[in-house]
Amino acid sequence: MFRIRGRRSAAVVAAVAAFAALTACGAKTNDSTAASGAGATIDTAGSSVKVGLLNSLSGTMAISEVTVRDSLKLAIDEINTAGGVLGKQIEPVSEDGASDWPTFAEKAQKLISQDRVAAVFGCWTSASRKAVKPVFEKNKSLLFYPVQYEGLEQSPYIFYTGATTNQQIVPGLDYLKAQGKTSLYLVGSDYVFPRTANKIIKAYAEANGMKVLGEDYAPLGSTEFSTIVNKVKASGASAVFNTLNGDSNVAFFKEYKSAGLTADKMPVVSVSIAEEEVKSIGTQYLAGQLTAWNYYQTTPGAANEKFVKAYKAKYGADKPTSDPMEAAYTSVYLWKAMVEKAGSFDVEKVKAASAVGGITYDAPEGKVTVDGPTQHIFKTARIGKIGDDGLIKEVWNSGEPIKPDPYLKGYSWATGLS
Amino acid sequence: MTLVLSQLFTGISIGAVLLLIALGLSLTFGQMNVINMAHGELIMAGAYTVYVLQKVLSGAGLSLVVALPVAFVVAGLTGVLIEVLLVRRLYARPLDTLLVTWGVSLILQQAARDVFGAPNVQTRAPSLLTGSIHVTDDLVISSSRVFILVLALAAVVALIVGLRTTPLGRRIRAVVQNRDLAAVSGLATGRVDRLTFFIGSGLAGIAGVALTLIGPIGPTMGTNIIVNAFLVVVVGGIGQLKGTVIVAFTLGIVQSMVEYTTTVSVASVIVFVVIVAFLQWRPQGLFTLRTRSLA
Repeated sequence: MFRIRGRRSAAVVAAVAAFAALTACGAKTNDSTAASGAGATIDTAGSSVKVGLLNSLSGTMAISEVTVRDSLKLAIDEINTAGGVLGKQIEPVSEDGASDWPTFAEKAQKLISQDRVAAVFGCWTSASRKAVKPVFEKNKSLLFYPVQYEGLEQSPYIFYTGATTNQQIVPGLDYLKAQGKTSLYLVGSDYVFPRTANKIIKAYAEANGMKVLGEDYAPLGSTEFSTIVNKVKASGASAVFNTLNGDSNVAFFKEYKSAGLTADKMPVVSVSIAEEEVKSIGTQYLAGQLTAWNYYQTTPGAANEKFVKAYKAKYGADKPTSDPMEAAYTSVYLWKAMVEKAGSFDVEKVKAASAVGGITYDAPEGKVTVDGPTQHIFKTARIGKIGDDGLIKEVWNSGEPIKPDPYLKGYSWATGLS
Repeated sequence: MTLVLSQLFTGISIGAVLLLIALGLSLTFGQMNVINMAHGELIMAGAYTVYVLQKVLSGAGLSLVVALPVAFVVAGLTGVLIEVLLVRRLYARPLDTLLVTWGVSLILQQAARDVFGAPNVQTRAPSLLTGSIHVTDDLVISSSRVFILVLALAAVVALIVGLRTTPLGRRIRAVVQNRDLAAVSGLATGRVDRLTFFIGSGLAGIAGVALTLIGPIGPTMGTNIIVNAFLVVVVGGIGQLKGTVIVAFTLGIVQSMVEYTTTVSVASVIVFVVIVAFLQWRPQGLFTLRTRSLA
């Protein structure tokens, strides 16, 4: 009898404790929503300031995004060694987006309201960027996005340090046209970036007398490409424009080679394959194929030599550097320049400092300038050819940094796009 | 004509992959009625075996050849471990088996992440298998696909011969057809179960080796393909090897033909609709096992 009563009272105590814990949580949540409504609060107390690193460290995108996280950390370490930003050391908080877009949004909110970071660096796929965009806009917090993307976007709370379409895809198409390629086959992963990029490519092709002979999308992470490759082969197109992302590229290029297609017969221009991916896909499948980027490990210049040397010293001599890594590295320095110009970590002051213009940095790809109104940066377009050693050699560049034009306002053929 | 032929070969090679994946399941799920949700992770174990062997042995060709028996044993023993520790206790409770093995699959995925890292990894294929065979000038088939096809057919033949002619095969069939009668006839059904599970899991390991020739190796590679394997076994008829073989190749060919004229997503939808319609018509699958057991 007594034992039963004892058990029951224990249960009551447990229930009360659980209820108390629940209400406490509830109160906490209310607090943070109230705070986020008034704009993100940044934790600047103490001798350090936190920044968020939001990358996929697992899943199909990890092949690419882990290297971005590594170069963000390199830039942070260098800045900390040189004295930090406004006298404060940068403390990175790394979160795993797990190649899953809702997880990205959740982790972004956590970085903003729980860690109270000054800015977040990261995201790779446009799907993940689109997922976190409303989070950053609602909380009035900053995201630095380091990857080339499909353009047609301009969020007041995102700085885009990768290429927009007129700095990568359009020059890539110009190059193919100059090489006498008259027909294209489009292969991409099934999400927002490849679909939007292909809309732009089709508009370009129509205005420039090129034919698009086919268009195929595979689910992200798909590894079955034999049918798509057969279709590409049967189309007889003079070149393939590849917007596949992640390690689907491994399966695609293995199949492409098995089908007897070569870079001489039908070159593939890729916009999401950089040095790191070349290494893991295997040079034997890729040698001779083309890429369109703004930076290669082989890009000349003292700033790049320093970057490549520092990266290899930190992560290993066999680790290559790539465009998104360089754009990520550069984004931390650009943020530092903006904060120092503003004299504050406050998001609105940082944005105002950049809007005035004149934020520049001697990046490994060359001197980059932030375009105040669009929050994109001026970048030089570079077409490269993948060599047998796994490095990419530049075969053409635009000569000077191209002004970012995310909505392609300067191109008459692009008027119908939105 | 070349196009139709090369698409037909693509379909057959997709079918061969499906067959290899489904073959192990046709034993554990088909013969033993165990819904092993961790079957995909046994495939993953086989794939990582190739990766590990390639680090130890330098030659890509040698490591692939060595990987076949090693992966069979690695995946087989993992399967036996699952059987002895968990599944054995739950033969009378199929729904609990489903939940428990799903838990095991999550544990194995996380273990792979901890041991090999979260990013997917790649292996090098031996140079003999990276090229292609020119049947005619236009008709080119990939040698790795031919290898997978041969591997799948060899596995089927070995399994059929094993089940038909060896004493173990006879015992397996006896236990499947009437467990109680087999038990009263003096068969140690528990031991037969364990051996069946070993072979079924081992075949998953072989499938894993084959998959490294097509795509990357990752912790979630098993979950992505396991659904199709279950489909093949269910449509083929539970416990029916010939059903599994026929359905695997049919699905592969239908998938590749439809995909050629439409898109990847539409093809998957159409294949699923066809399967659902088929199961409405024949819920027991293509073939059924006729037994005198009451169950």
